[in-house]
Amino acid sequence: MTLALPHAGTAPSVKRAVRRADRPARRAAFLLSLPLLAFLAIAFVVPIAALFTTAVDNPETRSVLPDTLRALAAEPSAAVPGEPVFAELAHDLARAGKARTAALLGKRLNYEIPGMRSIVMAGSRLAAASSQGPWRQKFCDSDPAWGDPALWAAIRRNGARLTPYYMLTAVDLQQTPSGGLAPVAPEQRIFLDILGRTLLVAATVTLLTLFLGYPVAYALTLAPPLLGAIMMLCILLPLWTSLLVRTTAWVVLLQSNGIINDLLIGMGLISKRLQLIFTRFGTVAAMTHIQLPFTILPIASVMRTIPVAQLRAARSLGAPPMSAFWRIYVPQTLPGVMAGCLITFILSLGYYITPALVGGPTDQMVSNFISVYINRDLNWGLASALGVVLLAVTLLIYGLFLRIVGADKLRLG
Amino acid sequence: MLVLNRNFFLSLIASTAVFSASAAVADPTLSIMSFGGAYQSAQRKAVFDAFTAKTGDKVVEQEYGGEIAKIKAMVDSGNTTLDVIDVDAPTLQQGCDEGIFETLDWSKIGSQSEWLPGTSSECGVGTVVYATVLAYDAAKTKDGPTKITDLFDTQKFPGKRGLWKNPATNLEFALMADGVAPADVYKVLETPAGVDRAFKKLDTIKKDIVWWEAGAQAPQVLASGEVAMTTAWNGRIFNANKEGRQFKIVWDHEILDSDLWVIPKGAKHVDASLAFIKFAVEPQTLADMTKFIPYGPVRTTAAAFVQPDIATSLPTSPQNMTGAITLNNAFWGDKGDEIRKRFTTWLAQ
Repeated sequence: MTLALPHAGTAPSVKRAVRRADRPARRAAFLLSLPLLAFLAIAFVVPIAALFTTAVDNPETRSVLPDTLRALAAEPSAAVPGEPVFAELAHDLARAGKARTAALLGKRLNYEIPGMRSIVMAGSRLAAASSQGPWRQKFCDSDPAWGDPALWAAIRRNGARLTPYYMLTAVDLQQTPSGGLAPVAPEQRIFLDILGRTLLVAATVTLLTLFLGYPVAYALTLAPPLLGAIMMLCILLPLWTSLLVRTTAWVVLLQSNGIINDLLIGMGLISKRLQLIFTRFGTVAAMTHIQLPFTILPIASVMRTIPVAQLRAARSLGAPPMSAFWRIYVPQTLPGVMAGCLITFILSLGYYITPALVGGPTDQMVSNFISVYINRDLNWGLASALGVVLLAVTLLIYGLFLRIVGADKLRLG
Repeated sequence: MLVLNRNFFLSLIASTAVFSASAAVADPTLSIMSFGGAYQSAQRKAVFDAFTAKTGDKVVEQEYGGEIAKIKAMVDSGNTTLDVIDVDAPTLQQGCDEGIFETLDWSKIGSQSEWLPGTSSECGVGTVVYATVLAYDAAKTKDGPTKITDLFDTQKFPGKRGLWKNPATNLEFALMADGVAPADVYKVLETPAGVDRAFKKLDTIKKDIVWWEAGAQAPQVLASGEVAMTTAWNGRIFNANKEGRQFKIVWDHEILDSDLWVIPKGAKHVDASLAFIKFAVEPQTLADMTKFIPYGPVRTTAAAFVQPDIATSLPTSPQNMTGAITLNNAFWGDKGDEIRKRFTTWLAQ
């Protein structure tokens, strides 16, 4: 609710005077918020900047093969370069072998050409073992891959400071030799599919929490104080339990010989045990349970501010109960609904423990893959690129949301 | 901007993920990280406590889940607080190649020739051999599977199968069940046709597979009756049996892999750490480990010290080795990324 501002029609000079009088207070407010701004910069802006940089940074080839790249530049048109480049390659690889950096190059090139890790490591050993050329012949004899134009195209391409490789891979694209873009081979296309499934699961969970949570929030506002407090406790209690514990509880409930199946069989409703765990159903059920409080709380806090007298007034003016509820009450709860849905949707996008434990192989979300690329494969470029894609999608949806609903409709409490 | 990228991430992760008690200078306290659970508890009983009793050097334990990112972050931050780490074979290869681990002075440990092939390197000293095996619950299934082909025989053995959600080990099992000789498995997998063949074999049981991810899930899905049989790490099955289960292991065509001790780059007590590793891989110590967990000693000279009744339950015991292969970590280092992506698309089909 906005108040009608009294100075709406006053002269500009008065406005300026008021602003000047406010200045010390504003300055104090700014100074007070400095710690928060500094915190945000360190905890938020800097990591996201680092995320963006890591997603396009390409230091490996430049740092391991500096002389080779320089020699390659002298032969711009050669598909497979001549002896001078191979001599520099031998020199660079021998040095990298000593400094233990050859594996970094091998791993980087292996992303684009599987098998390159071994080829580079063997090349580094070869360069260290012999002191004399002819290097081109020696390299090609040891592994014909060194005579492959594709390998040299990859080295040339990665001589650049920045690479589009990770970002393209994160959306299932690749660079063609001619410089254009093309989708990757069908059996390597995974990330768009995973992103779509992440969005779908998040949307399903959001809608379910809304359908389940809205009546609860309404009951919460109508309940007498003591009952309301108990209800609130029941809603908050799960929030104080570890996510892992709640997820494991769902494993116990959902498994084939679990409580739900036992109950259904005991009641004679089913004769064959249902596959509930390791399914999309299990994932959505567990996530909905975990997310419910996040949807309920903003809705309830907005509902509390709506005077009950309004509904009575609507009834007394002749509106049937349903109509009074839908036309008077529900529209006023929209800010809470929007806020609750937005929180749940965005949090759901980042889930990974729950889908990993309760979901099947087709329920793994983007975060699962980010974690694998960070922890196991040490492919932080691709992990960052996936993070950037997720962030972009989240911002896009947030933007769309504000556009459709309006920023003023969003209220968190 | 480039200055903040990796190093920033690293120090950020390092500061949150890895920390340990600061070491006392006089009597070195070794900070040792291993995989936790029953495995680390066996190490505590057979190795850590005995080492402290013998040398007076204290051991402070850390646990992790095998994430090399943690080790790399610690090393790159320039403050290596861990002294000795137990790593799996892929981690050893990656970390050794990338200079995350120290190269070791083998003259201070023992003769490298005593180690089984593939269980020692310039950076790592093998400690145990474990196996990925097929297992079933004898309490539920009387005439259970006896060979790897039974995993794919849904006629004779109906019911779901638990498999590790990773192409590694599954493609190998599929090819061996499809008639490829153990010695040729990786030769076949090197070719695209070989990978196709392995996936085609997995296709035959795809709808019956329950995928597990964490090692502890395998005995859990077996115990809950979720699956009729599952692949699992042999130590997990052994532990479930200690808790009263009657799981049986099918050793046929087991896939072996090893754990190794490494010293992270920049570690502060290298001499004491080497002394610890030397002690940890002495034949008697390795044999003592088998009393607590059935992982085979990697050192050939340790076999003589293992109690005969325990020896038969080790993956390295001769009668368990029919058709056994060792996981080829170099192959997975090269082709892992490509095959894992294909595996993910295959799962979603």
